[in-house]
Amino acid sequence: MKITFPHMGNTYIAVKAMLEDLGLEVIVPPKCSKRTLELGTKYSPESICLPLKINIGNYIESIERGADTILITGSCGPCRFGFYSVIEKEILKDLGYDIDIIVFDPPDGNYKEFINRITKAVNTNNPIKILKSFNRGRIILKEVDRLFQFSNKKRAYAVNSYEVDKIMQKFSEGVLKVKGVIETKKLIKRIFKELEKIEVDNTKRPLKVGIVGEIYTVIEPYVNLDIERKLGHMGVLVDKFLTPSRWVEHNLTLGHLGLSEERKAWKAAKPYIRTLVGGHGRETVGSAIMYAEKGYDGVIQLLPFTCMPEIVAETILKTVAKDYDIPILTLIVDELTGEAGYVTRLEAFVDLLKRRKEERKFERVLSRS
Amino acid sequence: MKEYYLGVDVGSVSTNIVIIDENNDVIVKKYIRTKGRPIKAIQSGLKEIKEEIGEIEIKGVGTTGSGRYLSSILIGADIVKNEITAHAVAALNFVPDVKTILEIGGQDSKIIILRDGIVTDFAMNTVCAAGTGSFLDRQAARLGIDIKEFGELALKSNNPIRIAGRCAVFAESDMIHKQQLGHNQEDIINGLCEALVRNYLSNVGKGKEILAPVVFQGGVAANVGIKRAFERALDMEVYVPNHYDVMGAIGSAILAREEVKSKEVSKFKGFEVADTDYKVKGFECNDCANMCEVIQILAEDKVIARWGDKCGKWTNLSDINLQRLA
Repeated sequence: MKITFPHMGNTYIAVKAMLEDLGLEVIVPPKCSKRTLELGTKYSPESICLPLKINIGNYIESIERGADTILITGSCGPCRFGFYSVIEKEILKDLGYDIDIIVFDPPDGNYKEFINRITKAVNTNNPIKILKSFNRGRIILKEVDRLFQFSNKKRAYAVNSYEVDKIMQKFSEGVLKVKGVIETKKLIKRIFKELEKIEVDNTKRPLKVGIVGEIYTVIEPYVNLDIERKLGHMGVLVDKFLTPSRWVEHNLTLGHLGLSEERKAWKAAKPYIRTLVGGHGRETVGSAIMYAEKGYDGVIQLLPFTCMPEIVAETILKTVAKDYDIPILTLIVDELTGEAGYVTRLEAFVDLLKRRKEERKFERVLSRS
Repeated sequence: MKEYYLGVDVGSVSTNIVIIDENNDVIVKKYIRTKGRPIKAIQSGLKEIKEEIGEIEIKGVGTTGSGRYLSSILIGADIVKNEITAHAVAALNFVPDVKTILEIGGQDSKIIILRDGIVTDFAMNTVCAAGTGSFLDRQAARLGIDIKEFGELALKSNNPIRIAGRCAVFAESDMIHKQQLGHNQEDIINGLCEALVRNYLSNVGKGKEILAPVVFQGGVAANVGIKRAFERALDMEVYVPNHYDVMGAIGSAILAREEVKSKEVSKFKGFEVADTDYKVKGFECNDCANMCEVIQILAEDKVIARWGDKCGKWTNLSDINLQRLA
């Protein structure tokens, strides 16, 4: 069995290490590229949201490399993502691929079915072994998120922010060469150390921007045109509300106890939106409010074209921006997004935030004297 | 001695070059059609200026527009700024208490909201460019009239018709449909102007508080039909500045003036730029699946800049200031 899975930001690092520990042969799809998108666009329904197109591209490129089994996560949320696994199965069948697809829906109480599927995927029914490697995978996920968060911070403070890119490039190349959890952990540690050595300018007072919106667009750098890096080079400290480890936290562990960040976002969003509108619409509103309350300078909402839940959120965010006096920029991406226009919008937004901040500082000085 | 500052705005439809003095007054302005060849446009613009006013000393240079990086390398800019900031700065110079800027250019339309002289909010067209300058250009060509007469014709209409303006392609077919029905040209043109304004206000201006004074600028501001449609829709006076078509360039010149205050010398390469032989050579990097198209700018066969790659491998070869362009 040669197992593969779609890309979603850095999740591949943890999933790869975890499956390798279970003794499986893993084929990581090549990094998302123009070709991935072209393949996906060609074989997907025209007006489906962008993530599905990328998924299809990932599968095809993995199958070309010999994969015969696909692992997908499902979703119980009422957004199109819930139908992804079904549509994807049909598309691959129509294309004539002979391939096994295993779907992991978030258990939502039914852990038995969940475990059944896991045993099918990992070829073992030793629950202790499975739980152990799941837990190790979770730790990797967390560590990788921490590493990328650290690199974002370094970029904002570094004397030469491009040094961060070079090291992170080394990381993504290295990940494919190591095997299993232990080696991956070692690599993360080494990259941490290298990042620490980068010369920083602590007198910098970077702008703080929170990124909210549809989870796939927020997490996958190819889809959001590397927004974290772009902002980082403009001297902005970026924080993402949604990360893979937070998703796992909410859906598989803490969420059921009501402790996750997402639960907090629901609470914050309550005056504006009291119920689920599908996808992460409610979380987007809530997380934008949370960033405003934490004193962030601005918020950027990302969504794929035609994403219904985020369109609902976008409309509400206009009121949030007014009520909390925080600029919110909405960026919509799809396979036709032009990079030049995207950069212009980001630059102009950062300019706006800078001027606002200077003005506020000025006002504070005046009110004191 | 007088001080002069150069501002260059390379847009999709036009390349605008201005020279201002220390009072921000415009000395020369050039409005040149880019026609997809920005380097040529910049060079011929500089040449014309040189012939008109002779070689004067330029204290600072600013560039903006979608070709801002290219032009900054070509002529040696002290500051490179996006269009929104440049437009806001320029509008503030003409109407110091401006609260709303409507800007429609060749491919972008934007709204900029200012309060107390600071940009507090802005929006740009997102997934669609229906109702920008290029669209009007095309429709004028279709109707066989000069774009310069477009607005005047719209004013002559006394029986406005409604055209579906959400999407450029559908607007066009709807317009053809109205023509086939036998509507006269003035009414159709007026209908287009109103469709464009309606689309702008619901798409770009959505949710924004539009307060007077309102300034309308960008190439499309030449169109009195659109101006009047805006006034009708907003029910307030819309002000079009004298130099509405080169506001971006003026803004970048003003920004350059502020930028060089603390510096001794400008990076300006001089008017000789007009005679230098520039070549753009692109190649596809095949090292990974991204297959980025890397662009190289050559001056007299020497590579002066490179960009376009995702991984930064090629841009990293040039010096640090240029890397920021990627």
